[in-house]
Amino acid sequence: MSSPEVELPIESRVHYLNAGYGIKSWLLTTDHKRIGLMYLVSITFFFCFGGIAATLMRLNLLEPQGLLVEPETYNKLFSMHGIIMVFFFLIPSIPAVLGNFLIPMMIGARDVAFPRLNLLSWYVFMTGGLLALYAVIAGGVDTGWTFYTPLSTAYSNTHVMAAAAGVFIAGFSSILTGMNFVVTIHKMRAPGLSWFRLPLFIWAMYATSIIFILGTPVIAISLALVGLERWFHVGIFDPALGGDPLLFQHMFWFYSHPAVYVMILPSMGVISELVTAFSKKKIFGYHFIAFSSIAIAAIGFLVWGHHMFISGQSIYAGLVFSALSFAVAIPSAIKVFNWTATLYKGSISYEAPMLYALGFIGLFTIGGLTGLFLATLAVDQHVHDTYFVVAHFHYIMVGGAVMGYLGGIHYWWPKISGRLYPDGWARVAAIIIFVGFNLTFFPQFILGYLGMPRRYAVYPAEFHTLNVVSTAGASILGLGYVIPLVYLIWSMRYGPEAGPNPWHATGLEWTTASPPPTHNFEETPVVTEEPYAYDRLAEEIQVV
Amino acid sequence: MPHAFPLFPVQASSAAPGVDQLFYFLIAVSVFFSALIFLLIFYFAIKYRRRSKDEAPPKNQVTNSIQLEVLWTVIPMVLVAVMYFWGADIFVRDARPPRNATEVFVVGKQWMWQIEHTNGKREINALHIPVDQPIKLTMTSQDVIHDFSVPAFRMKNDVLPDRYTTEWFKATRTGKFHLFCDQYCGMGHSLMRGWVYVMKPEDYERWLRSDVTGITMADQGETLYHNLGCITCHGTGKGPAFAGLYGKPVKLSDGQTVVANDAYLRESILYPTAQIVNGYSPIMPTFKGQVSEDQVLQLIAYIKSLGSTESNTGAP
Repeated sequence: MSSPEVELPIESRVHYLNAGYGIKSWLLTTDHKRIGLMYLVSITFFFCFGGIAATLMRLNLLEPQGLLVEPETYNKLFSMHGIIMVFFFLIPSIPAVLGNFLIPMMIGARDVAFPRLNLLSWYVFMTGGLLALYAVIAGGVDTGWTFYTPLSTAYSNTHVMAAAAGVFIAGFSSILTGMNFVVTIHKMRAPGLSWFRLPLFIWAMYATSIIFILGTPVIAISLALVGLERWFHVGIFDPALGGDPLLFQHMFWFYSHPAVYVMILPSMGVISELVTAFSKKKIFGYHFIAFSSIAIAAIGFLVWGHHMFISGQSIYAGLVFSALSFAVAIPSAIKVFNWTATLYKGSISYEAPMLYALGFIGLFTIGGLTGLFLATLAVDQHVHDTYFVVAHFHYIMVGGAVMGYLGGIHYWWPKISGRLYPDGWARVAAIIIFVGFNLTFFPQFILGYLGMPRRYAVYPAEFHTLNVVSTAGASILGLGYVIPLVYLIWSMRYGPEAGPNPWHATGLEWTTASPPPTHNFEETPVVTEEPYAYDRLAEEIQVV
Repeated sequence: MPHAFPLFPVQASSAAPGVDQLFYFLIAVSVFFSALIFLLIFYFAIKYRRRSKDEAPPKNQVTNSIQLEVLWTVIPMVLVAVMYFWGADIFVRDARPPRNATEVFVVGKQWMWQIEHTNGKREINALHIPVDQPIKLTMTSQDVIHDFSVPAFRMKNDVLPDRYTTEWFKATRTGKFHLFCDQYCGMGHSLMRGWVYVMKPEDYERWLRSDVTGITMADQGETLYHNLGCITCHGTGKGPAFAGLYGKPVKLSDGQTVVANDAYLRESILYPTAQIVNGYSPIMPTFKGQVSEDQVLQLIAYIKSLGSTESNTGAP
């Protein structure tokens, strides 16, 4: 791996950011890096939107009788929070931003396999997102992000179809992205880059893409059927029309449980990169981590029934789904143990991305272990649909997926922008987020076991104290999210230049300039070694 | 000012201690593994911290070990197998109501719980039950999906439109316990709450007999049996007779045999052509839209009162 010879200042060099100017050069670009950045701006916007809804919810729960809004409004807030955060932030987060930016760079390609489809996917995504926003502005939707029937098809008189259509359309951008990634990874790897020389981030993105392609059509079908029933009264889910409400739950969770793995698998891929880069050591158990991603994607398709243990589903189905849900926990445990073992005898440093990575491992461990409680039939019968579930999936989706996303953004930001952000601020923000997160969501485990149901706008007074603690934590968490937004934007103009490889990391993306030229590499790289060859880097450093 | 809060909910049913024991086991396993991972991370993080900026990356590291991978695959597998069987055992037992359970009927609707006892006594957003006596709820919804949850009993089940679900419990201490709707059901979801009053048997008996009309659910069902004209066929041999029917196997025209339980009777009233009894023609009109869910329950109570081979059919 050779570093670029010329080290011109960023302004005097042509790279993907200054290769074209003006809004048109962005809106018509087929450069995977620019498309990644467009996704970054879009999902940050949606994240702020979902975050505001969450803030209002937490404020309302400061008082058992509701501090701010009527139950009707509260119901719309949590519905929009769920719909926006799941479909328009978490699902596209790492794949569409970091995946788009990094997959071609990591495999030594000039772009993804279908650059125009890639741009199309962004337009499709934005169409869906704006439709969902329209649903909010027009008056909101109150079905929860789960759209359970017959509430959504026959009883809710809010803007269900606008929101559902937004999700339906955005789903096609997932399918396009997934397909693009699969073909890119199969066909466009640099010479010498065999499957087991791929970075683990690529394995994770591959597994994620498979879920995109196989799962997303099912949610599209379910929402289309909701539309058929709502508009044309075709009886599919509503028993009053001869339908079966549980059929919707089966179809919805067939996609939406694998969708959880769409959120967490890419983060796991990011963590594998971060743990090695900041321990300066080859990852422990490469093959086990790679295949555990595939195992999670595969078994993840067979566990949807654990959302339905107490739904009226047969208890025999419950017995099978419980066993399969325990099975999917094993590959996740394997990853956690391997990451921990990677630290052993490493040379560990604590820049901000590493703090996010260690935070991820801790929070994901708690999120994963509490998942076992929910897979346990008798315990689920008590905590299902309570705050225990809310706490559990926030440990996975926020403590896991968002921590991984932020860690990844911080790690690759010098490559994306060509500049460094202030690491001190970044470390402070990472710690604030970690503390705020735990303060927000840990009390919700206790609330859940005490029996507080989720989606309650008003609640009995004995749950008051823990809700106050949770809201206090949320205010800290919110602050933690604002800080990176400020210094990352600041760094784009004022940050010192990063150079091609500020972390002294391995991986093809670090062998080219920061920001990279439009075609990524001056010449096609040739790969001759295993990934994470930090001990070889040791020799290079000693030679220098 | 905020209240002081307990960490664990009160145990008020025969199922609660078992669920809690399993919960404690899960906490113990979780605390052990969280502590293991956290301590290892802290230990490695301090011991192997980079001491100088240009410290050379470590060389010749062991970066895989089949023994370790097998170890940390097999140990979690054994532990989750224990969790699985322990949880499944309790769940399956809790799914089957005992035969001597007292029946209570629940109809959920946006946003209230209607409850009817077999003697005809009705209540709203409240359930009075005797202590130390198994209670079986037969539940249905008039509109969307609800969920009948009593945290103190560690018990909940969804309540669906157009079908019966059941749940049972045996309260072990007297008192007043929360009843929540746990499945989001629209605007008034968080107001769809009530109380379960667990009473001493003699208090319960007194409560049950106070201001009732003396007309039981079965009596009301009998009145419907006459008024709706069921009697014109089912009382004359044109349709299957009801005496001794409840809980009995019924041979259908397609050769199948089903048990005449609550779900079967409900379906036969609302969708008469779905399952035709062998030897009869499909001439019964549907009563869907003409009878409410609580009237269906009354008709079933009437049929049940005409004798049954089995007092309960809470088959899963």
